[in-house]
Amino acid sequence: MTKSIDRPQSASRRSALKTLGAAGAAATLPLWARYTNAQTAEPIRIGFQKHVTGIGAAYGRWYDRTSQAAVAKINAEGGINGRMIELVTEDDGTDPKRGAEVLEKFANQSNCDVAFGTLFSHVVIGSAPRAGELKLPYFVVSEGHHVASGMLNRWTLQPGITDVKSQVQAMAPFVSNNLGKKVTMIFPDFAFGHDHRDYFSKAIEAQGGQVLEMIAIPPTETSFTKYFPKIPRDTEVIYHVMVGPAVLTFVKEMGEFFGPSRPEIFGFIDSLEAVDLSSPGLDFLEGTYFWEGMPRYLQPDAADYVKSYRDAVGVDENGASTEDAKDVSTAAHMFGCWETLHIIKAGMEASGYSGPGDRQALVEAVEAMTDMPAGIEHPQGAKVFNGKTHQVFGSQYISQVEGGKLIVKHTASIEDTLYPDEVDYTTQSF
Amino acid sequence: MEFGPYLMLAMLEGAVLAAVLALMASGLSLTFGVMRVVNVAHGEFYMLGAVMAWFVAHLVGGGAAIAFIAAAVIAPLAVGAMAAAADMTILKRIDYDPERTIVATIGLLYVIQQVTLMTYGADARPVEPPFNSRIALPWFEWGEEGLALYYPWGLSTTSYKLFVIAAAAVLILAVRLFMTRTKAGLIMRATQLDSEMATAFGIPVERVYAAVFGIGAGLAALAGVLIVPVQQAHYLMGGDALLLSFIVVIIGGLGSMAGTIVAAILIGMSDGIISVFFSPTLAKILATLLVALVLVFRPQGLFGSRPR
Amino acid sequence: MSRSLILHLGLIAVLFALNFVLPPYAHGNIARVMTLAVYAIGYNIAFGYTGLLSLGHAMFFAAGMYGAGLLLRFTDMGALPAYAAGLAAGGALALAVGLLALRTAGVSFMIVTLMFSQAVYLAILYFGEWTRGDEGFVIASADRMIAGVDLAAPQARYLVAWGLFSVALMFLLWLVRRPSGRVFVAIRENEDRARLLGYDTFRLKLLSLVISGVISAASGAAYAILFGYAGASFAGVQYSIFPMLWVLLGGAGTVIGPFLGTLFMFYLIDLSSGLTDAYMLIAGVALIGLTLFAPQGIAGEIRRRFWKDLP
Repeated sequence: MTKSIDRPQSASRRSALKTLGAAGAAATLPLWARYTNAQTAEPIRIGFQKHVTGIGAAYGRWYDRTSQAAVAKINAEGGINGRMIELVTEDDGTDPKRGAEVLEKFANQSNCDVAFGTLFSHVVIGSAPRAGELKLPYFVVSEGHHVASGMLNRWTLQPGITDVKSQVQAMAPFVSNNLGKKVTMIFPDFAFGHDHRDYFSKAIEAQGGQVLEMIAIPPTETSFTKYFPKIPRDTEVIYHVMVGPAVLTFVKEMGEFFGPSRPEIFGFIDSLEAVDLSSPGLDFLEGTYFWEGMPRYLQPDAADYVKSYRDAVGVDENGASTEDAKDVSTAAHMFGCWETLHIIKAGMEASGYSGPGDRQALVEAVEAMTDMPAGIEHPQGAKVFNGKTHQVFGSQYISQVEGGKLIVKHTASIEDTLYPDEVDYTTQSF
Repeated sequence: MEFGPYLMLAMLEGAVLAAVLALMASGLSLTFGVMRVVNVAHGEFYMLGAVMAWFVAHLVGGGAAIAFIAAAVIAPLAVGAMAAAADMTILKRIDYDPERTIVATIGLLYVIQQVTLMTYGADARPVEPPFNSRIALPWFEWGEEGLALYYPWGLSTTSYKLFVIAAAAVLILAVRLFMTRTKAGLIMRATQLDSEMATAFGIPVERVYAAVFGIGAGLAALAGVLIVPVQQAHYLMGGDALLLSFIVVIIGGLGSMAGTIVAAILIGMSDGIISVFFSPTLAKILATLLVALVLVFRPQGLFGSRPR
Repeated sequence: MSRSLILHLGLIAVLFALNFVLPPYAHGNIARVMTLAVYAIGYNIAFGYTGLLSLGHAMFFAAGMYGAGLLLRFTDMGALPAYAAGLAAGGALALAVGLLALRTAGVSFMIVTLMFSQAVYLAILYFGEWTRGDEGFVIASADRMIAGVDLAAPQARYLVAWGLFSVALMFLLWLVRRPSGRVFVAIRENEDRARLLGYDTFRLKLLSLVISGVISAASGAAYAILFGYAGASFAGVQYSIFPMLWVLLGGAGTVIGPFLGTLFMFYLIDLSSGLTDAYMLIAGVALIGLTLFAPQGIAGEIRRRFWKDLP
């Protein structure tokens, strides 16, 4: 029962020595030499947990495209410390048990340097304990509050996407100032929905608003009309967030329920992520508002780096695939993969990462990060990383449907998204 | 919303669910009744119906109505043929052994899901209904001037949802007539009563089984086509539908067509109505326990007579 | 008799020896397979030996997982007492469910257990304040210690899983050779005749289901403590189907079958997912192939062809 920290758990001895030798040599060379050395050095292997099958498959497809695009870009620019990145993709089946197994595979079989993952919170939470035990840095792109809540461990970080708590509380000022004070919330009756319920109702009350009714929809539900009568008559704003394959039914039936006289509607784009806004039955959304992690439609004032990012991923101006206009992206979340891979690069370069023995140094290097300026590495916008809670904070977008497109109307500042620390991972041992 | 209109809305929604469920479950009931096998892949035939409706709608031009009619013809036939082929290549060879059929149909379920995922993809895709207008419904109240009609906020349905209810009723009636009035139906019922005796009388039981399995799957596919303009086609949509139709078939009494229909109405309506009184997830828990307890105290189902 | 004892003790010895030679990835996998094989063993007692076709065993697995997991999350009682509580939870649930569900038989029993299990699953979501619903929760590493031994360490985890598996396997071997175990089989083959012979079949079926529930809970609680996570997906329908698949693949009504089935299914998915994204297709085709060509499952086929009295 050895618990040595620096034991290279994954690599067979020979390949580990080869890796160390090559990378060590690369690190001592000047930059231009690293670049030319890149073709011969052992690649940096990043294990990618992908939702190929199961309920998260639509997200998995776009997480994959974004990640591949980021890897291609980083490699074209010379890789990390002169070494190419190789993405090792495994299907987690959108299942926490398989997720944990896949993580073991990364660490113990495919010799990955770090693991990088995935959207659905239960997969992250099921996998994270194994990441801690394997001492494998695990970068998640999940938007769950699990990292910052202190539930996970020092090896799990979320530097590329903001968490649901900060997203939700940043919406309250806009909703209460522009849409109304009396809110009815509709959310799925499980942990993700409960986070929305708890954090938003607190935040809207702080703004002088009030939640009239909270309608929790059972996760197995496929038809929704029967829940809408619970919406009180004096509701000024509907706040909705749904996930899963039934989202389009949900939004459509909401439109059929209200007919011509609807209250203001504010939703999280999760309710329509990967769904075409011009789908039949969605006309009623004209004029309603959505939270977006990153705008789906190319905005008129978009910066050049946003355009470059979108071109690299292969997204057209409507947020659909450039190859198939019906294939709508998960724009509000997938940018997190792009940014996370760039943070892994930055962390590895700052720590002089040369092999699995430097994993701890990599985590410490990422923990030391603070400001992340907007740019091609961070196309969603500027961010502030909190090394203690392992969670990043950034701007949030509120868009209105105009002519069938989402137009950004308000950008919540980073300050709006901050909340007191709930954990200090840096005090935990590795 | 006030109680009366709310209840009416819940019942309308329940009726749509009941209609689709009755159609799908009568397919399951048919295979179970005649062949005595549990077809775990039944939900996947339902899903295939919905997915094919999407494909047909995108290949056939000429507007939503023509595409819908084409889908309603093509999808059940294609799915039925596929199921009959599966019956002849797999189920026949394992001799309709109950346990092995469960494993084999689970295998079939994996294959169908994966092939759908690879060809159709992971998205939930909508199909346009042939017609769909919102119908606001009136409610009455005792006002100063006696009985008066008014239109409460949100009390509405769509013409397509009403069509689903009517279409399912017609189709189920057609199946019933087919079983009772035609020679093919007679043969099926004979096989159901005693397959050995049927063989002795020269009925080609194997072909009857293939036909029954195909028809059962076709009914599920038809249910899928009907529901897809209301919900969307998604490659995992078969799971919950399968569970519900299982429940319906068992509650109705194994192999009893009439029982299946009544149970579908009961389950569909109660799903809507219980949600009026309880918080939704609690309602689901109670409804689930209720089904379990009905079976505990009436194991043969509501209409089954065969003691087990 | 002695031949079968040698086989099963041999399997246990081989698994023990593997602890020292397996590369890390396989080492972790076998630890997990052994933990889950205990679940399959529990299922096999009810289904394979007594003929109780349940589609709701996930509730017993979850009872163990949450019985232990919630106590560890909210109290400081330590891993061993929490584990015992998980077993007790599984047994109590099996007793309650059995008293009601065993009034039915055959497909009705299948649906009733499915319904109860679904209610447990929904209840886990409904009480999300404590269970964190579908997201589940992590069991802190400090709580995963027994007598100062860290169960998260690969060696300790493997050996604990191995110990649990060995106990379950030998218990089953012992049980099926006892009179009550033989009566279970008699009930499976012909319940009426067993009743005519004077056995209280209801009581015996209840006993079988409770034993099955406790062993399933033993697996669930062990999974929570060894792998540090409890989540609602383990209470879902798939996790009721899995043990049935494992048992049918390995050989229903055999002692060694559940382990073989669990191992086979794990590597079928793990290896084929390395070849293609479409590994479910391969798994599906393999399942169909097995029903066609090895209908009694792996161990059942061995029994049919080579070893008539394999228990």
